[in-house]
Amino acid sequence: MSNSKPDELSQINYMPPDEDWMDTAVHMKKGMYCHGANENSLKTVGFPNPRQWSSSETNWKLPENWQEIVIKGMAERLEKYRSFHIFMDICVRCGACADKCHFFLGTGDPKNMPVLRAELLRSIYRREFTKAGRILGRFAGARELTEEVLKEWWYYFFQCTECRRCSVFCPYGIDTAEITMIARELLNLLGLNIEWIAGPVANCYMKGNHLGLEPHTIKSSMEFLVDEIEELTGVKVEPTFNRKGAEILFVTPSGDLFADPGTYTCMGYLMLFHELGLDYTWSTYASEGGNFGSFTSNEMGKRLNSKIYAEAKRLGVKWILGGECGHMWRVLNQYMDTWNGPADFLEAPVSPITGTKFENAASTKMVHISEFTADLLKHDRLEIDPSRNDHYKVTYHDSCNTSRGMGLLEEPRYIINKVCKNFFEMPENTIREKTFCCGSGSGLNASENMELRLRGGFPRANAVKYVHNKFGVDMLACICAIDRAALTSLMDYWVPGVRVIGVTELLANAMKMKGENDRQTDLRGDPLAGADDGEAKEDSEDA
Amino acid sequence: MKILLPFLGVMGLVIVAFVGVELLNLQYLFGVIIPYVAFITFMVGVALRVLKWGKSAVPFCIPTTSGQQKSFSWIKHNRFDNPSNNLEVVGRMALEVLLFRSLFSNTASSLKKEEGDLVHGSSKWLWIAGLAFHWSFFILVFRHLRLFIDPIPPMLYLVDSLDGLMQVGVPVLYWTGLIFLISATYLFIRRAVIPQVRYLSLPNDHFPLLLLIVIALTGLVMRYFIKVDIIYVKDLTIGLFKLNPVISHHLGLIFYIHLFMVSVLLIYFPFSKLMHAAGVFLSPTRNMPNNSRRIRHINPWNYPVKVHSYEEYEDDFREKMKGVGIPVEKE
Repeated sequence: MSNSKPDELSQINYMPPDEDWMDTAVHMKKGMYCHGANENSLKTVGFPNPRQWSSSETNWKLPENWQEIVIKGMAERLEKYRSFHIFMDICVRCGACADKCHFFLGTGDPKNMPVLRAELLRSIYRREFTKAGRILGRFAGARELTEEVLKEWWYYFFQCTECRRCSVFCPYGIDTAEITMIARELLNLLGLNIEWIAGPVANCYMKGNHLGLEPHTIKSSMEFLVDEIEELTGVKVEPTFNRKGAEILFVTPSGDLFADPGTYTCMGYLMLFHELGLDYTWSTYASEGGNFGSFTSNEMGKRLNSKIYAEAKRLGVKWILGGECGHMWRVLNQYMDTWNGPADFLEAPVSPITGTKFENAASTKMVHISEFTADLLKHDRLEIDPSRNDHYKVTYHDSCNTSRGMGLLEEPRYIINKVCKNFFEMPENTIREKTFCCGSGSGLNASENMELRLRGGFPRANAVKYVHNKFGVDMLACICAIDRAALTSLMDYWVPGVRVIGVTELLANAMKMKGENDRQTDLRGDPLAGADDGEAKEDSEDA
Repeated sequence: MKILLPFLGVMGLVIVAFVGVELLNLQYLFGVIIPYVAFITFMVGVALRVLKWGKSAVPFCIPTTSGQQKSFSWIKHNRFDNPSNNLEVVGRMALEVLLFRSLFSNTASSLKKEEGDLVHGSSKWLWIAGLAFHWSFFILVFRHLRLFIDPIPPMLYLVDSLDGLMQVGVPVLYWTGLIFLISATYLFIRRAVIPQVRYLSLPNDHFPLLLLIVIALTGLVMRYFIKVDIIYVKDLTIGLFKLNPVISHHLGLIFYIHLFMVSVLLIYFPFSKLMHAAGVFLSPTRNMPNNSRRIRHINPWNYPVKVHSYEEYEDDFREKMKGVGIPVEKE
């Protein structure tokens, strides 16, 4: 945790130094970066240059011909990605992106302006791949690839959460997420990964999920949640695992099985599917919706993602339903079908409850839980008592990826408005496509970089603080597993008194189940508004 | 240094034109050869660069979605900011290229240090200046076509008369010339003065702006002050166009400086960031529809990868799975 108090950390200086950025050597500040990847994590998936090394030491144990590897890697990617090629060439440095980045707004470090983050890479591109750069050198914005530059890359490309906010404002749509993805691929060629990504990648590859939960552990975690639900509602839900012949395969981030408040969202899923009598199954093999592989390389993203279709095929389901997660949906919307499709062994998804055909997912055959639920509510297929959420004042955080990599803006809002009565939006320049990142996305939600995360999350937290002060908002709703973990630390630091909740948890609070007992508390044991207090309060203290 | 160097560079180019034309009498070089070289460099350079971009693959469907996706009929879909088909993409691109829609939504963030509050307000100056700059530039270039075409087509007369609307003095004041000079100067000053923008600017960001300012100044001077007889200019330009150039000694120094600067701009263009003019059309985050769940996007270099199969997974965990009653393939 950062030692600075919030009122100190928010004293940010946006004035750049006098010295030119090319002359300013990278200063790796503790708390702002992650541990380097372990040898074993890299070995498990066959990544290059596995070795024990430490990012805080000077010697990073690079392969001897590292420059050659990087330049060759760039050449290859310039041909493979038009985005990369164009974005290297056409930036006019108008500066519109500069104050759009949460890391710049939270640190004041000019190299966190998206344009300069990209220039770190562009300067090498110009030197190695353009005539102007080779002849005119620095006048044309070119420089040599040195070890200093490489460390600068590592430091700053792991200070970007690939949130795409800059891309919304760029007149050419230059997307720093693309640039960061390529830069991380290049770093990965030298074994310069971070353990917080490489570890989960190795776990996911071998065990099916980032947390490394083995099949029996998944089942026991779930049984714990089943018991909780029974205790709260009197209803016994019965999830199945790896069941062949189910109609639907459900995939969600493993984080939701593991720690609250994600577990409450997971309970929400279990309750909803039970109430609907949905013919669905969980999988222990494809037990991860998220994809930390996509934070290292395109190839690793594909390798991890392949499990979802493979499992859907093996189990013979008709289509796939996906839970609440941000980057998972960037991958599912823009990459999965291209990587591992065509999923011609599945059927175009149709809701078995409402008969709605999800035309927009006709090819991937994968539907977002918020789409699924919004459709249910539209058709009045659930009995909802929104007053059960009266004890909360709710605002909603759009995840970067579901907003800017998908456009899922209204579906969650529709659900929230149906299931709770006190909903307040944050200021308009901080929501929807202009939403601010939690500051911990793209694999940066480690603990050793907490200062970075708190700083990066400052613009988000600040907008929450606004509605907290103005309307008394005390619940921050979201549809992302990383958000549920990251925003919780963020709120504790910047806006104490605000907690984090998944949209499906809100739904489950308000949903009346068939055969449920007289519910006194919500999923986390808080007494429901209007419920008889007394006993319920004691319960909540136990919980 | 970042500003001084390009400034000296542009001044140096002016001097080159001066020495070449006034002292060495190289009118043919500056009036014919360099413009030809510049024109060919521009055309070939731009074409090659675009072809090179075109050769790069577009492996994934990665539009930046800046609005509501198309999902249900009862949820309003934002066609222009999150297009779902190619027609809507054309709409998005048209708004982007003609009206700079993304820049229109620009905000400026400021920190109130005492309260520790960030405020994000609308900021339209860059959008206004950018739009004024590009549109006036475009109309200026279009108007110059009358120097190359004889007889002048009616379309050009129309633009001319619109541009000269609200006639101020004689000769008619073209608003675009003035707007162009003002907006280019604003963009230059902005770059030189705002600390963050100055910090992220490179010498080759200042250079083309300074070059354009000199081109605008010399153009305005020729039109309103040291008048150059348009007849002689037209003799040269139409001659150039018909590949039969004639140099007239009635064309003064200021005309040659103007022409030389334009030539430098044309030569510089394909090797610089000015290529954004073509690149914007190819930008995958803007020119693709967000329909990759409905229609599979094909990656031309997609290749098989090593995966950890279910069979391997079951081999690792079979006993544990059986122990808790999770079904397995092989007992």
